[in-house]
Amino acid sequence: MDMEFSPEDLAFQQEVRDFIAENYPAELRGKQDEGEELSKEDFLAWHKILYKKGWIAPAWPVEYGGTGWTPTQRFIWSEETARADCIRLMPFGLAMVGPVIYTFGTPEQKAYFLPRILSGEDWWCQGYSEPGSGSDLASLRTTAVRDGDDYIVNGQKTWTTLAQHADWGFFLVRTDKDAKQQEGISFLLIDMKSPGITVRPIITLGGEHEVNEVWLEDVRVPMANRVYEENKGWTCAKFLLAHERTGIAGVAASKRGIEKVKAIARTELDGDKPLLANAFFKRKVAELEVDLTALEFTELRSLAGANAGKGPGPESSLLKIKGSEIQQRLTELTLEAVGHYGAPYFRGFGEGDNEHPIGPDYAHRAAPTYFNMRKTTIYGGSNEIQRNIIAKMVLGL
Amino acid sequence: MDFTYTETQDMIRDTLSRFLADTYDFETRQKFINNDQGRDPAIWTALAQELGMLGAAFAEEHGGLGGGALENAIVMEEMGKVMGIEPYLPTVVIAGGALKSVGGALADTVIPEIIAGNAIIAFAYAEPQGRYDLANLKTSAKKDGGGYVLNGHKSVVYAAPWASHLLVTARTGGGQRDAEGVSLFLIDAKLPGIVRRDYPTVDGSRASEIYFENVAIPGDALLGDEGTALPLIEQIVDEATVATCAEATGLMQKLHEGTLEYTQQRKQFGVPIAKFQVLQHRMVDMFMEVEQARSMTIMATLKLGLPAAERMTAVSAAKNKVARGAKFVGQNAIQTHGGIGITQELAIGHYFKRATMIEGQFGSADYHMDRYERLALAE
Repeated sequence: MDMEFSPEDLAFQQEVRDFIAENYPAELRGKQDEGEELSKEDFLAWHKILYKKGWIAPAWPVEYGGTGWTPTQRFIWSEETARADCIRLMPFGLAMVGPVIYTFGTPEQKAYFLPRILSGEDWWCQGYSEPGSGSDLASLRTTAVRDGDDYIVNGQKTWTTLAQHADWGFFLVRTDKDAKQQEGISFLLIDMKSPGITVRPIITLGGEHEVNEVWLEDVRVPMANRVYEENKGWTCAKFLLAHERTGIAGVAASKRGIEKVKAIARTELDGDKPLLANAFFKRKVAELEVDLTALEFTELRSLAGANAGKGPGPESSLLKIKGSEIQQRLTELTLEAVGHYGAPYFRGFGEGDNEHPIGPDYAHRAAPTYFNMRKTTIYGGSNEIQRNIIAKMVLGL
Repeated sequence: MDFTYTETQDMIRDTLSRFLADTYDFETRQKFINNDQGRDPAIWTALAQELGMLGAAFAEEHGGLGGGALENAIVMEEMGKVMGIEPYLPTVVIAGGALKSVGGALADTVIPEIIAGNAIIAFAYAEPQGRYDLANLKTSAKKDGGGYVLNGHKSVVYAAPWASHLLVTARTGGGQRDAEGVSLFLIDAKLPGIVRRDYPTVDGSRASEIYFENVAIPGDALLGDEGTALPLIEQIVDEATVATCAEATGLMQKLHEGTLEYTQQRKQFGVPIAKFQVLQHRMVDMFMEVEQARSMTIMATLKLGLPAAERMTAVSAAKNKVARGAKFVGQNAIQTHGGIGITQELAIGHYFKRATMIEGQFGSADYHMDRYERLALAE
């Protein structure tokens, strides 16, 4: 057992650092630093650079466009991109539907969709949750009824992240009403430009338009766009949820987050000293670092398991629970650190008096981010559901 | 020992609660907080002139009902229940409190204007470098003939865009963090040289950055004696802190009730989610926090008249407990609602936002624990 990087790993680390330093778009960096809302083009700018380099999908098998990196190299990659505060790549294609397609899809589906996911040509969204089916996802009611070579899909999905940008969506639909809940579900790929689809914004607490309702009214979907067998979509769904949960730990991003909190707490004053010298505040930062280290090494052990050929299992629920709690504590500390300047609802310098700033830049998004990040313990299977999974699947209760 | 309210106090609560039920439902509130002014001025006028509510905490000689801190707590708790953005805290609790303490001509002139609903007073005390330290002031008031010249920058002054007057803390002497040399002024909000940058706040109110650029203020704007106002400022901020604890109690009660109601309606796995024991225990824990917040608010309200050290100990204990409780209740209300709790659609998320901002108002949980330790555990 050891945790040293080999000389090859260190060389790889340097290569990654150099690449990011030379290629990360300056304009995007500026927008991130200003806390501006990012457009579809912003989200895709870094994606396209990585695609060109061949580094867009490190987790994929080489035959489908993966990099062939070892788990250690992949770890270095995520560390370095987080350290450099690179924008998070949209997971819907790369981390979610992509793996489902290369695992369960037909040769035609693989040939058509996978290259377009890699290139960023298609933006994907996830049609899982419904108004009445959140934690109890298998109770979903959106139906798909056969009509010749097509399905006719009717129903409503919700919490569909960034569906306003989406070209394609992957949907869980009910194809057998009489079967037991999990057994009558199919996994469909739906062109979001299909007639009968309506996307309506849901505005969240920080004022963001991030999630949507998606209404499907007599939407015609070719049967060729069903992944895996009819009524076996739950297998794909479970596979995808486990994949979603591994990335959700967000260790590297949280490390970067702690550095940001520290930087703020070094700038903010508490009396004649920086806030970071305040014993209470410092203790909370330290506790967070310790908890993040525990999460990191739990993830590394899980990664080493993946190295030995074991797929992500129910223990990834642990990563989701602890990872999301840490992400939330980071936003709590940030809001606490900015003091009075958490209160202004800052909507950019579009109009009015630019000479009189409203508090420091790092305070502008502190409260909205805190509010928004309450989602992390809710989405991707709420933390209550994750605990149920651990109780059942790991502890055998 | 008696924890019952008087008939008058019950009447104040009932009258206000009925009025707010009619005027302050969630949809109506969302409409007026998003209009240009960010408020409905008719509500403030009605509170003053129809209900007589702005006089509840003032002496009869000024035209009030003869109440005090308990009446303030009642009003603030009811305001909390509807997420009221009315400037009762800065106008009545803070400026009214200062005027009551100091008395004299200024009190005789301004208190009746407050009671009548004609004066709205914002409290300009916080500064960018000062965090929660009331004495950490760069704003200066320099003697100039019979008056003063004011210079400086005040942060996040709630209700300032609506204010007729500003209650301003400023340094007339001493170093930036000295206890000596702090003075308190009540000035006209429209004096030449006052520059405001207004903005909405994340919890539905309006506030301003205020810049004083060589503002000439009259000598009689001074409240109390020059240079020795810190104890008075500490007292009125303690009163304000307890009032926000009362507001938090109202908010927490609604967060808890809303969660109870939602979990009994929302079905997953074929049953109302309120049937799940893990959620039942969570809601019991929330309930206990609400009860303790109410207890601590009453405790601190009753101790506001004690000597400074005892008063501060009680207020810090209350604010620490309430801040922690507000965070627990708010976060768990959202978690238990799931995704719908994070949308602008439901009231619950808006309660959560206000409860979150109260956590840090007049000092965070840590700040007050620190003050409590220094006063109660000094070895």
